[in-house]
Amino acid sequence: MGEDPRDKSSIQPGRSAVIAPGHTFATVTDKISSIVLTRRTPLFWFVPFLIASGLLMVFLAAVGYLFARGVGIWGIRVPVMWGWAITNFVWWIGIGHAGTLISAILLLLRQSWRNSINRFAEAMTLFAVACAGMFPLLHLGRPWLFYWLFPYPNSMGVQPQFRSPLVWDVFAVSTYATVSAMFWFVGLIPDLATLRDRARNRWARATYGILAMGWRGAASHWQKYETASLLLAGLATPLVLSVHTVVSFDFTVAIVPGWHSTIFPPYFVAGAIYSGFAMVLVLAIPLRAMYGLEDLITMRHLDNMAKVMLATGQIVAYSYLFEAFIAWYSGNTYEMFAIWNRMTGPYAPTYWLLIFCNLVFPQLLWLKKIRTNIVWLFVMSLDVLLGMWLERYVIVVVSLHRDFLPSSWGIYSPTIWDVATFVGTIGLFFFLFFLFIRSMPMISIFEVRTLLPQAEVTEGIEK
Amino acid sequence: MSQIFYPSTNTFSRLSIFGGIFIVAFLVWAWAELNESTYATRAKVPIQQPVPFSHEHHVGGLGIDCRYCHTSVENSSFANIPPTKTCMNCHSQIWNRAPMLEPVRESFRNDSSIRWIRVHDLPDYVYFNHSIHVAKGVGCTTCHGQVNKMPLMWQENSLQMSWCLDCHRHPERFVRPRSQVFSVNWQPPPNQVDMGRKLVKEYNIQSLTSCSTCHR
Ligand code: HEC
Ligand code: HEC
Ligand code: HEC
Ligand code: HEC
Ligand code: HEC
Repeated sequence: MGEDPRDKSSIQPGRSAVIAPGHTFATVTDKISSIVLTRRTPLFWFVPFLIASGLLMVFLAAVGYLFARGVGIWGIRVPVMWGWAITNFVWWIGIGHAGTLISAILLLLRQSWRNSINRFAEAMTLFAVACAGMFPLLHLGRPWLFYWLFPYPNSMGVQPQFRSPLVWDVFAVSTYATVSAMFWFVGLIPDLATLRDRARNRWARATYGILAMGWRGAASHWQKYETASLLLAGLATPLVLSVHTVVSFDFTVAIVPGWHSTIFPPYFVAGAIYSGFAMVLVLAIPLRAMYGLEDLITMRHLDNMAKVMLATGQIVAYSYLFEAFIAWYSGNTYEMFAIWNRMTGPYAPTYWLLIFCNLVFPQLLWLKKIRTNIVWLFVMSLDVLLGMWLERYVIVVVSLHRDFLPSSWGIYSPTIWDVATFVGTIGLFFFLFFLFIRSMPMISIFEVRTLLPQAEVTEGIEK
Repeated sequence: MSQIFYPSTNTFSRLSIFGGIFIVAFLVWAWAELNESTYATRAKVPIQQPVPFSHEHHVGGLGIDCRYCHTSVENSSFANIPPTKTCMNCHSQIWNRAPMLEPVRESFRNDSSIRWIRVHDLPDYVYFNHSIHVAKGVGCTTCHGQVNKMPLMWQENSLQMSWCLDCHRHPERFVRPRSQVFSVNWQPPPNQVDMGRKLVKEYNIQSLTSCSTCHR
């Protein structure tokens, strides 16, 4: 492929471009749509899909048993009544945040490199929120009565307690799920129309046709599309900050030492984005290798994402240090005990593993060598995902198991059903994700086309 | 390539979006109605009993006071269902051959209980207490309806939590003078709310709405 003088890569020497040189409108469209429409479904799709389906079965079994027997099958016992379920909830919902950040905030900031990763990152958000939403509902005890969480004219004559952050959670998460779904779908419409026009199979054409909602690419369509996606981006942007803030209120509003802290909201948001970008990398690295998308998801993307991880990782590290510092500085016996117990108590190994995963190991990301090495990046992302999970585990379990009353202290350990439910949601996540990459364009076709040099509009007077 | 859809599909899809909103709203409304319906609450359904005991005859016709049979209603949570002996006070003399009363006599002979079917039955997680209501001027008919017009007993109100709370939040709308608690003919006067407010003060009636009042 010859060098194109107008290629953006030539503008910034030493950095790879957001799209490899040599692409035209047609090749981009072909490449992405063929994955869905014409290429044979590859083995490397089937194998993970089957594994994910297997795990989904585990999930259904675990949930079925839960429905039959109640939450007692989990390890939750007084005083630790939140356990894995809430840990997983916070973890999953945090992961979703990267997708929204990429699609909304980076759109408003006109970071065009996002164009080739936003689609599957948004899908990741949706599926992560779906997994996250499971846990509080399953944890309710009688999950089939979940609709009691909403204010509606009920026969009990009472409404949800609006002073409780748990109720804010319901609204935060359901708003988040709705806005993310709408944003994702609106962004898909032009591409669905492309698929409709290229599909050969009658059913595929009809299905994509219905989903494309009559998109014909008219200027008026594009104008409405731009307005809608800007509005939705505007709606989604505050959600990136608010959802995890509200989630952190679940903890901070309680007076349990280790929870009752003002640093939680920013610290949770940063942690969310941290783990979210780790998940995007975990998905992107194998995807680009398997489907040969290295020219669309370039090293530049991976590098940028690694930098976001590095930055948010520093915020998280700062919060850890300050949590410990403030506990000491406050002079409050209970706060000091809570932190000391984290570091030296029965769960000390978890805490130190967390510090290693989230704080020590990711410092390697300062090195460009690591940031541009996909194996290192992949390992690093898994490490951050583990670290962020441990963080929530430490916050939930370690704070609860030693509260004010020594007589009610206890030790928590998960049961096989906790593990099955968690692993099951990972199955659910990948099950949905693999269905998505098989049936929808995983990279936004029309947005990537705008990255091409040909798409640059030259107007006005030459300088 | 040929068109897949006709232009009329546009109208159809617009309709389906708006229609969807109405369908969802309708389903929510229907669900809420169903939950309050007499089908769900068993209200207003006369219950068949082993002996067709009629409050209409015994209360409305003969004018027997509730406490003659429901002896503990004033000082206990449970109102009490009368033992066979109470019936036999009269029915050993009158209607003592009526085949309809055979189960009563049989129960008396065998010293066994008549197996009445419960009409009102709160879930076990709800604590209810008759004595406090009677003492604070809530009449039987406010909750149980015109029992003197019931040939067979039925549940007059829904017994749902919202029903309890309606009164607990605004007791002045329902209370009556203590002397009238057992009266089946008492009707709320036009100035019920004014009178109610006075009684609430006089009897020191509190508005008990904290969850632990009924869920302990
Ligand atoms: C002669 C005795 C007698 C008198 C007087 C009487 N009851 Fe009853 N009551 C019964 C018997 C027997 C039953 C059980 C059979 C039934 O449910 O119909 C009963 C049942 C009831 C029930 C339904 C209990 C359930 O199963 O939930 C209510 C409510 C009730 N009575 C209210 C009253 C009120 C109010 C009065 C006074 C106005 C009254 N009764 C007077 C004998 C009596
Ligand atoms: C105070 C006396 C008295 C008591 C106590 C009493 N009854 Fe009666 N009962 C009567 C009389 C009088 C009649 C006839 C009513 C009529 O024909 O109008 C009657 C009629 C009946 C009848 C005939 C059906 C009807 O209503 O016409 C039944 C059944 C009956 N009683 C059941 C009972 C039972 C069960 C008890 C006990 C819980 C009971 N009674 C207690 C006086 C009494
Ligand atoms: C505040 C409303 C209220 C008032 C006032 C009231 N009841 Fe009840 N009554 C109930 C409820 C609710 C039940 C069902 C209790 C249960 O299932 O535990 C009940 C049950 C009963 C029963 C069945 C036995 C029992 O206690 O469960 C009888 C009999 C009865 N009531 C009689 C009376 C009589 C007689 C009076 C008047 C003195 C009266 N009630 C006043 C609400 C009321
Ligand atoms: C028509 C009015 C009314 C209705 C209906 C009513 N209540 Fe009450 N209730 C009262 C009043 C008045 C009091 C007394 C408040 C006070 O202590 O001053 C009371 C008190 C109570 C108490 C307090 C008893 C105690 O020992 O502290 C309980 C429990 C209770 N009600 C349960 C119920 C339940 C359950 C229901 C519904 C099945 C119900 N009530 C329906 C009026 C009502
Ligand atoms: C005045 C009495 C009363 C008070 C106060 C009360 N409840 Fe109830 N509650 C009831 C009754 C009666 C029922 C049963 C309703 C039914 O069977 O439909 C009930 C049912 C419920 C149920 C439904 C349980 C189920 O499995 O269907 C919930 C949940 C509940 N209450 C929560 C609360 C909460 C939360 C509060 C405090 C804000 C509260 N209740 C205060 C009387 C009360």
